[in-house]
Amino acid sequence: MTSQTSQALRINKVQLSLLEELTNANGVSGDESEVREIIRKKVAPFADEIKVDAMGNLLVIKHAQTPGAMRVMVDAHMDEVGFMIVDQDGDGLFEFVQVGGGDERQFISKAVVVGRQKLPGVIGYKPIHLTEKKERDQRISMESLRIDLGPAGKDQAKRGDFVAYATRFRCSGDTIFAKALDDRLGCATLIELLKTVPQNIEFLASFSTQEEIGLRGAKVAAYDFEPQVVIAVDSTPAYDFSRPDGSENTQYNCKLRGGPAIYLADRGTLSDPRLVRFITNVAEEKKIPYQYRQPGGGGTNAGALHLTRGGIPAVSISIPGRYAHSAVMIASVSDWQNTLQLLHDALANLSPAVLEEERP
Amino acid sequence: MENIIPFLLSLISEPGLSGFEEPVRRKIADQWTPLVDELSVSPLGSLHGLRKAASSDPSPSLMIATHMDAIGLMAKLIEDGLIYITKIGGVDPRILPGQQVTVHGKRDLPGIVQMLPDRLLDEDQKGKAPAFERLFVDTGLEHKDLIKLVRPGDLISFAQTPIELNGKHIAGHSLDNRASVAALTVCLEEIRNFNLAWNVLAVATTREEISLGGAKTSAYGLRPDLAIVVDVTFAKGPGTNDYRTFPLGGGPSIGTGSDNHPALTREFISLAEEMDMPHDIEAMPENSGTDGMVLPVTANGIPTVVLGLPLRYMHTSVEMAAINDIERIGRLLARFITQLKTDSMTTLFEEENV
Repeated sequence: MTSQTSQALRINKVQLSLLEELTNANGVSGDESEVREIIRKKVAPFADEIKVDAMGNLLVIKHAQTPGAMRVMVDAHMDEVGFMIVDQDGDGLFEFVQVGGGDERQFISKAVVVGRQKLPGVIGYKPIHLTEKKERDQRISMESLRIDLGPAGKDQAKRGDFVAYATRFRCSGDTIFAKALDDRLGCATLIELLKTVPQNIEFLASFSTQEEIGLRGAKVAAYDFEPQVVIAVDSTPAYDFSRPDGSENTQYNCKLRGGPAIYLADRGTLSDPRLVRFITNVAEEKKIPYQYRQPGGGGTNAGALHLTRGGIPAVSISIPGRYAHSAVMIASVSDWQNTLQLLHDALANLSPAVLEEERP
Repeated sequence: MENIIPFLLSLISEPGLSGFEEPVRRKIADQWTPLVDELSVSPLGSLHGLRKAASSDPSPSLMIATHMDAIGLMAKLIEDGLIYITKIGGVDPRILPGQQVTVHGKRDLPGIVQMLPDRLLDEDQKGKAPAFERLFVDTGLEHKDLIKLVRPGDLISFAQTPIELNGKHIAGHSLDNRASVAALTVCLEEIRNFNLAWNVLAVATTREEISLGGAKTSAYGLRPDLAIVVDVTFAKGPGTNDYRTFPLGGGPSIGTGSDNHPALTREFISLAEEMDMPHDIEAMPENSGTDGMVLPVTANGIPTVVLGLPLRYMHTSVEMAAINDIERIGRLLARFITQLKTDSMTTLFEEENV
């Protein structure tokens, strides 16, 4: 493989503060505008073309400097899971439902913000003093939960208002604590790539909407781009815990601090084996830690993107994260840095020759 | 009265779990220093603030007890990079997944409470209600680094930052019972420029959530003639609407029965009526579940009354209190204090003893 001399990329204060801004912003699926505006400002100095399509995807092009360069699309989704207000109970209490997947056991005793006005609220629960022992052995049902804006919040929120967790970003050593790392880590990675990627490719960056409710933005994002290759950059769960009975954990999916997780197969996509081989070779050659995500369920926007038009060879690369779809996720700065480096080096070395190789 | 909100926000930004109240005790002591004549700390850690009576003759004394300790968690076992936990005080494990905490190890570490994903559990364990045996704190540290910093027994406190709602309500952890500490502080400010007939003992008690041990020992040491307990009570809210609950922002509840001396209950109801202050009567058929359980039966007995401050979501990290309830209790306490006379021990109880 011919190798571009690679630039060592670092996650420093600048990148962390970018991620802080992105994760503290709210962008529940279908309401991504706050995140989109932040990204638009960040990428403007590096972009040749920027547009927002009918689904709200932010599509950014950085042209190649060489004619006939490969058209490469890299996607990260802007949206996060959250809630929507559906009814009012009076006294500042509001009924709500989920937007995107979540486990209701994670919703209780949390601070949230409601609507574009960002009204602060909480999801509380009945005091332990007023519960029976046998009740405490049962899961709390979604129907019993309310978002509470305080009695003065009566009539302040309205049906259809989106609700996000109020979690603030925090970084301690190598550990990042934040909401929506799925997939603002991907967004931040794409922004960094737009700043640093060598112009040997036609770089087509898509910051897409509504991934969490069915890969909906991605269904159209690749149409106008007409890429030759697509890479989805997402967050994938690290379930790398000991099992309670001490038996081997064979379903860890990926490991925190195990490096970028390269997808082979998930519910929606069989990764193009030539792309997997190419990216693996780059990682080996550049001595970048990586791991294969365990094949199995779950999925990324690649599931929609690779089926666009006549089909597009695709692969996903994810940053490991714990506790996806909860109020606070955990991710590792070093995993992020290694993912950024691997993507950068892969893009810098990507050429049509990769797809001319024989399929296995 | 100056705005109590900043002080309250600072109180609920501190840890101070039962028996380990130093961080919050320091904050309270700073606030009370200009408001009292003497400050001291009891052998078990209660903070005593004394506002002296004007007369140099021996005067009767009133103790007002507000506990300052908070519920929380403690490290039980450290295994494979995770901290398994137990509770300090009454904690429903179902409120814990996704909870931000601070682990007080060799240094303070951020962490979150979580549970294993269903996919790693046996079929019959999947989807269950969170239980302490299956909950842990994840600091993101690798095991080898974690064990250098955290040991079993280390405290873990809620790290939820305070939330201001519309400027009228506050949410956060430990409003039980720091909201009452704030109410007592309002009272101390209200009586600041009054000459008092009685000594007033403002007490921020320790260990209420575990043993009521702070109130019991402070009352023994101080031997007040009367005692008032201010603690949170249940506000009406989702799933919480029976006779034990009161409207949030609807004024204090005044206890009747068990821990409450009938003469004091009657006195407080008539004071609230005089002041046109909204209030409720809280039926406490057997006990108040507060420091009020020990005060009346300390030494040779101390007539006591329990005032309740309505609180939603008690013992979660997003407890919610109304600022106007806090101010009302402060004013009600101040009214009671300023109308006390040297012979009140007789007059208050005359009717009762007829």
